[in-house]
Amino acid sequence: METLKRLFRINISPLVWKVFRRHLIVFSRNWKVNISFNFFEPLLYLTALGIGLGAYVHPIEGVPYLNYLAPGLVASSAVFATAYECTYGTFIRMEFQKTFHAMVATPVSMDDVIAGEILYGVFKSVLYSLVILAVIFALGLVKSPWTLLIPCVMFVGGALFAILSIIWTGLVPNIESFNYYFSLVMTPLFLFSGVFFPLTGMSIIVQKIVWISPLYHLVNITRGMILGRVGISLVWDLIWMIVAVLILLPVPFYLMRRLMIR
Amino acid sequence: MDIVIAESLLKQYNGFTAVREVNFTIRDRECFGFLGPNGAGKTSLVKMIYGFSPVTSGKLTVFGMDVKTNIRDIKRLLGVVPQENNLDPDLKVLQNLLVYASYFGIDARLARERAEELLEFFGLKEKAGEIVESLSGGMKRRLVIARALINKPGLLILDEPTTGLDPQARHMVWQRLRLLKEQGVTLILTTHYMEEASQLCDRLVIMNLGEILVEGTPQKLVADYIDETSGQIVQEKKEQPATLEDVFLKLTGRKLQD
Repeated sequence: METLKRLFRINISPLVWKVFRRHLIVFSRNWKVNISFNFFEPLLYLTALGIGLGAYVHPIEGVPYLNYLAPGLVASSAVFATAYECTYGTFIRMEFQKTFHAMVATPVSMDDVIAGEILYGVFKSVLYSLVILAVIFALGLVKSPWTLLIPCVMFVGGALFAILSIIWTGLVPNIESFNYYFSLVMTPLFLFSGVFFPLTGMSIIVQKIVWISPLYHLVNITRGMILGRVGISLVWDLIWMIVAVLILLPVPFYLMRRLMIR
Repeated sequence: MDIVIAESLLKQYNGFTAVREVNFTIRDRECFGFLGPNGAGKTSLVKMIYGFSPVTSGKLTVFGMDVKTNIRDIKRLLGVVPQENNLDPDLKVLQNLLVYASYFGIDARLARERAEELLEFFGLKEKAGEIVESLSGGMKRRLVIARALINKPGLLILDEPTTGLDPQARHMVWQRLRLLKEQGVTLILTTHYMEEASQLCDRLVIMNLGEILVEGTPQKLVADYIDETSGQIVQEKKEQPATLEDVFLKLTGRKLQD
């Protein structure tokens, strides 16, 4: 009961924006390098798989493979950027740089710090999705004005992956453990969330399991919007993500408080 | 006015008792020292004062406010120099001060004014645009102290401010701290350097294993414990006047504790 109470007592103030601003200042110092590295990788996938492999692949769901793949990569690159930030980035700030310790000696609370980390994670998803969108727009792969709403969806997707990543960081605060996070969590999500192929070809059980993948829902929405295939099912995907964010939101605060405050 | 009042203050974590029901009072405008070997509980104690570490039991008030309920308001009035330098390595020297000021909600123009004053005061003006990593140990320490003053705190907490510094850098820090004290800032200092304690502190306590052993002015402690133990100390350090270090070693023992 006491644990439950502590779980929900989140002490946040407007100073969250100052914490977030700190991250933006740091980001602005080397944003060119950050961004160019980030769109390099999806560009490799687009070329190798979209164009190279795509030449041998039948159209999927009525569109050429390149068009099918591109929206999936928008979603996956965005959440990978967030996942890196909220594992390695968060951990380095917390453990090696003692940035959190410095912040909480001011009126900033530990919850403000964690909320700032989540916001920064969200920022990365939104920003990197925009960068990749710009690239695929230039390649003529964007088919619908619904695409303009993708940053809003990425806000939810980014929040979800920021929360998941900070939960991992809070549970296994160890730089080696992040390799496991990427090989056991992120890579399976990347491969089996409909980024590269529709899951309708796989067994019913796999399709059911995939329903719990947050990336699957994000990919559905992103693809639907970019290809202009918008229907009620996308609303359900969005609701799924929002509910997941709301349920999981208190957990990273609780774990990080438990870790830092003794 | 008393700035800090601790009553039966207890700190336990993971089954370990770091601070054992201590009582002390820190007065306005004094420099109060916590002296003790490593592991005596000094850092645990000051971490409770700035709210990083929750109080297990007992009462701790700072500026008349309870740390359990008003920690944000308390922290607004504090400057904290932690044991480990935790400057923001992602930011340049001046930026470190400006960003830190923003955590206090200090307006950007005022922050810049104060930051420039502080860099001047601590002899870091030329380094404003440098990255933190390029600073020497002494400069980093001065920058941490400068950062702690950005909100014009009424109480400055210094956790081993000069550990690891060379004598020149140490003397420069001491001189700055004396100036601050003259300006009316209350200081809390933890240290295991006896000279530092006798140079700076008006009053101090000697701690060991989470307990406060004695309290008093440096002169009084030396006088008290010299009378009683003169034989022993004279025997060990022939012809040298007894110092606070002798009192310290007598009370905390000569064995290594960690």
